[in-house]
Amino acid sequence: MTIETLIWLIPLPPLLAFALIVLFTNRRKALSHTIAVAAAGISWLLGMVIFISAITREGLAENPFASAINWLPIGAEGAVIHPFQIGVQIDPLSAVTLFFVVWTVLMIFIYSIGYHNFGSPKGDADQPGLPPAGATLRDKKAKTKRVVPSVEPMYSRFFALISLFAFAMLVLVISDNFLTVYIGWEIMGFCSYALIGFWYAKPSARAAAVKAFMTTRVGDIFLLLGLVALYSVIGSLNYRDVIPNAQALMATSVIPGLSWAGLIGILMFIGVIGKSAQFPLHIWLPDAMEGPTPVSAMIHAATMVSAGVYLALRIFPLATMGWTPGEPITTAMTLMAFIGAFTALFAATIAVGQNDIKRVLAYSTISQLGYMIAALGVGAYVAAAFHLMTHAFFKALLFLGSGSVIHGMEHGVLHTGNHHLDPQDMRNMGGLKDRMPRTFWTFTIGGMALSGLPVVTAGFWSKDEILTGAFGSGHMVVFVVLAAAALLTAFYTARQITLTFLGKPRTSEAEHAHESAQTMTVPLIVLSVFAVAAGWVGIPHAFPGLGELVPNLFEEFVGSMPVYGAAGETAHVIEVAHSYIPLATSLLVSLGGLALGYLAYRDYQTAGAPDPVGRRLGFYWTWLENRYYFDEFYRWAFIRPSQWLSEVFTYRWVDKGIIDGFLHGVARGTLRAGGFVRNWIDVNVVNRLSDLTGVGVREAGTELRRVQSGHIQQYMITAALLLVVVGAVIYFMVLA
Amino acid sequence: MTPLQIVFLIVTVATLISAVMVVSARRMLHAALWLILSLLGIAVLFVTLETSFFAIVQVMVYVGAIAILIVFAVMLTRRDIQDRDKVTNRGAWAAALAALGVAGGLVGALTGWQAFASIRPELAADSAAEGTRIAQLGMALVSPDAYAIPFEVASVLLIGALIGAIYVAGERK
Amino acid sequence: MIPLSWYLIFAALLFAVGLYGVMARRNSVGILMGIELMLNAVNVNLIAFWRYLYPDRLDGQVFVAVVLVAAAAEAVVGLALIISAYRRHKTVVADEMTLLKG
Repeated sequence: MTIETLIWLIPLPPLLAFALIVLFTNRRKALSHTIAVAAAGISWLLGMVIFISAITREGLAENPFASAINWLPIGAEGAVIHPFQIGVQIDPLSAVTLFFVVWTVLMIFIYSIGYHNFGSPKGDADQPGLPPAGATLRDKKAKTKRVVPSVEPMYSRFFALISLFAFAMLVLVISDNFLTVYIGWEIMGFCSYALIGFWYAKPSARAAAVKAFMTTRVGDIFLLLGLVALYSVIGSLNYRDVIPNAQALMATSVIPGLSWAGLIGILMFIGVIGKSAQFPLHIWLPDAMEGPTPVSAMIHAATMVSAGVYLALRIFPLATMGWTPGEPITTAMTLMAFIGAFTALFAATIAVGQNDIKRVLAYSTISQLGYMIAALGVGAYVAAAFHLMTHAFFKALLFLGSGSVIHGMEHGVLHTGNHHLDPQDMRNMGGLKDRMPRTFWTFTIGGMALSGLPVVTAGFWSKDEILTGAFGSGHMVVFVVLAAAALLTAFYTARQITLTFLGKPRTSEAEHAHESAQTMTVPLIVLSVFAVAAGWVGIPHAFPGLGELVPNLFEEFVGSMPVYGAAGETAHVIEVAHSYIPLATSLLVSLGGLALGYLAYRDYQTAGAPDPVGRRLGFYWTWLENRYYFDEFYRWAFIRPSQWLSEVFTYRWVDKGIIDGFLHGVARGTLRAGGFVRNWIDVNVVNRLSDLTGVGVREAGTELRRVQSGHIQQYMITAALLLVVVGAVIYFMVLA
Repeated sequence: MTPLQIVFLIVTVATLISAVMVVSARRMLHAALWLILSLLGIAVLFVTLETSFFAIVQVMVYVGAIAILIVFAVMLTRRDIQDRDKVTNRGAWAAALAALGVAGGLVGALTGWQAFASIRPELAADSAAEGTRIAQLGMALVSPDAYAIPFEVASVLLIGALIGAIYVAGERK
Repeated sequence: MIPLSWYLIFAALLFAVGLYGVMARRNSVGILMGIELMLNAVNVNLIAFWRYLYPDRLDGQVFVAVVLVAAAAEAVVGLALIISAYRRHKTVVADEMTLLKG
């Protein structure tokens, strides 16, 4: 069993789990989750085996583990057919991605068991399609009843869908060509749709699912165009064929001033914008919080949005073709830097104004993804990959932690029976530190990692690298924007933690919250370990003190990827001049932001009180709360016109008016023609003719009847005459 | 023009004229009488053909029996008004045309025949030959290896006709 | 000397007259008279042919005899029929007996 074969096997267990659950074990909750978790476990095991083989292998970047099969026999040159091949490839980038994907997926699968209240009784009024609403347990002896959380009615369906999703993500990670990436991408898009709309009886969930799918679809179209363009230029979609074909790719494309590589890079980057929810296609991600929290964690933290950045990393060679460090960056890179930086700041500002615990995290995700993309835009390949990995861990941790908090709050809601209270609103929380200690500590670790608390959190190392990269390559605007975003990140994180956990409980529901089950808290603990330690593999050499002690393993590993330049120089080459400024900045913004956030919110006592910061910001706060009214704007600018186009223009005017009108016209014309034919030709001519035939025959018969006159002499006369005639004929013709 | 030819001509013309009168006489009795005349003319022709036997037979049978029979029939089927009706029916002209055509056709067909203008061969001269011929005819009519059968059949025909006529024309009770 | 053709022409003319009488006469007895004329014309023909072509043989004479007999029989039957028809329809006009009308 070679490594290559094992690589092929990685996505299979979740696919099998999906098939088995859907076909056979739908009714049996324990069996379903066992199959799903076992599949995730097998994939995890295979992934770890591959990862360890990858990091212990010399020169993986030049000779990645690769295996390909012939798939489509297209593309012929003369008599030789170049079959289109698909295959697997594990190079440093995909090894690292594989690592965090299998870990987070496994943790989320295990978490889901507890999240969906496995082991709890069935709900009183639970319907498939609605979130579980609690079950009443009656204690006969003590004559009391209490309401406890109920088990999710569509339990097995959830595990089936997340298994399919895991399959798609793994396919994407191990593939060696853009086509299978696209395939995995699209399957994930579908699973995202299905899982966001998991509670399909809620109209808001349905709308959110459609919104997510439609918005990412906009990006996907451009991604497909990029794939098509790439194939038509170099005749292959394989990663390894990009750099050798630099000549062809550097030629000017259909857009003057832009090379093919740049054009393809931009097109595929638009797909990334859609999938990773960058501005302007960011609107779907906050609404996607309608799905269950494990979904939010997996899709919107660890995997799907990370797939967008992964793709961005893969198209880095295209985007940077023709660029060497020190030169002005290419068009594609400029676009990435701009959009990334803008999104980072923009989303961070919105996150400050959100009250729903998951929404804050959603905008935080958008912001952090903007970081990674901005990093790629300035050429900091390794930094972006590093942040991708660390972000996956701590964001998954934060989301799972928020799920735990929500569970606790819901428990309080069930206890008090006040169903009008939103268990996800942070203003209703408070003081959960004592009631949910494990959740509190793991969440705090994650939050610190997000804010970039120096040294002890993974987020610090990766964020610092990005800032260093931006500063060192001379892109000051990007640097300042990212620093500001980092400040806001720390601020809203502190806000979130303060409001949720610190202080006193602001509502009685918060008072009655309690810690979640082991199946939920153990994954949190595991992830928090990574949130702390994952950064230590990437300590930059120039860091005072630790830098000399610990080798920068990450940079050595991932930095050996051949990513740019016509000769495929490695990412190592992007050296930046060392300066203490970025380091100082990141320290300042993270600590400062945390402090500010804590100070601003520690006195927030009452649930309905206006936000302290909001009071000071006035109307701008309303803008932030309403997310700059982007949804409304898009509705006005795109959705209503589209609806008009389809309902009025296409349906009424074109379809019913023109097409149906044409058909009706044809029908009427045919009817009239038919009527004409009938009345003029059929009745007059044909009928007359046949009548004539009948009448004529009758009249002829009547006439001929007179031959049978009964007068024998007449018969004789006729016979005699004929005799003479015939006789003459015979005599003269024959005998003469 | 030999005397025989003159006689022939007179007789044929008379016969033909009588025949025409037969078919065009208005009153049936006149027609019957004209028929008798034409039959007699035929008998004379038979004489000119040196078959006196048949001439006599002609007179006896045709004139003596058939013509009388016809007269009887005329008498029996007479009505007053019927002699004032038309003589011929509507197709008379066509009938004339047809008749002429037949005649013309016959004659025309015969003119091509080389024996058409042949002359009469001489019979054996002695008078005893005449009687011998009649005797031979008589012998032929009754001898089984000659013409007995046609003779008998003709007899049967006659009897059949006789019986039939009696039956058909007899009074119904 | 009378050529054969004279007799034949005469016989043909007589035959035609008789045919005319058969076809054109309204009275049934008249029709019968026409038939008699035709038969006589036939007889003349036969005798003429016999006398001019085969005077030694007897066939012609026998033929004529038989024809004579047939004519007689036929006249008898015909007249009987006419009388019977007269009794039934009170008419001997051929035109008025149109039972064969189609």
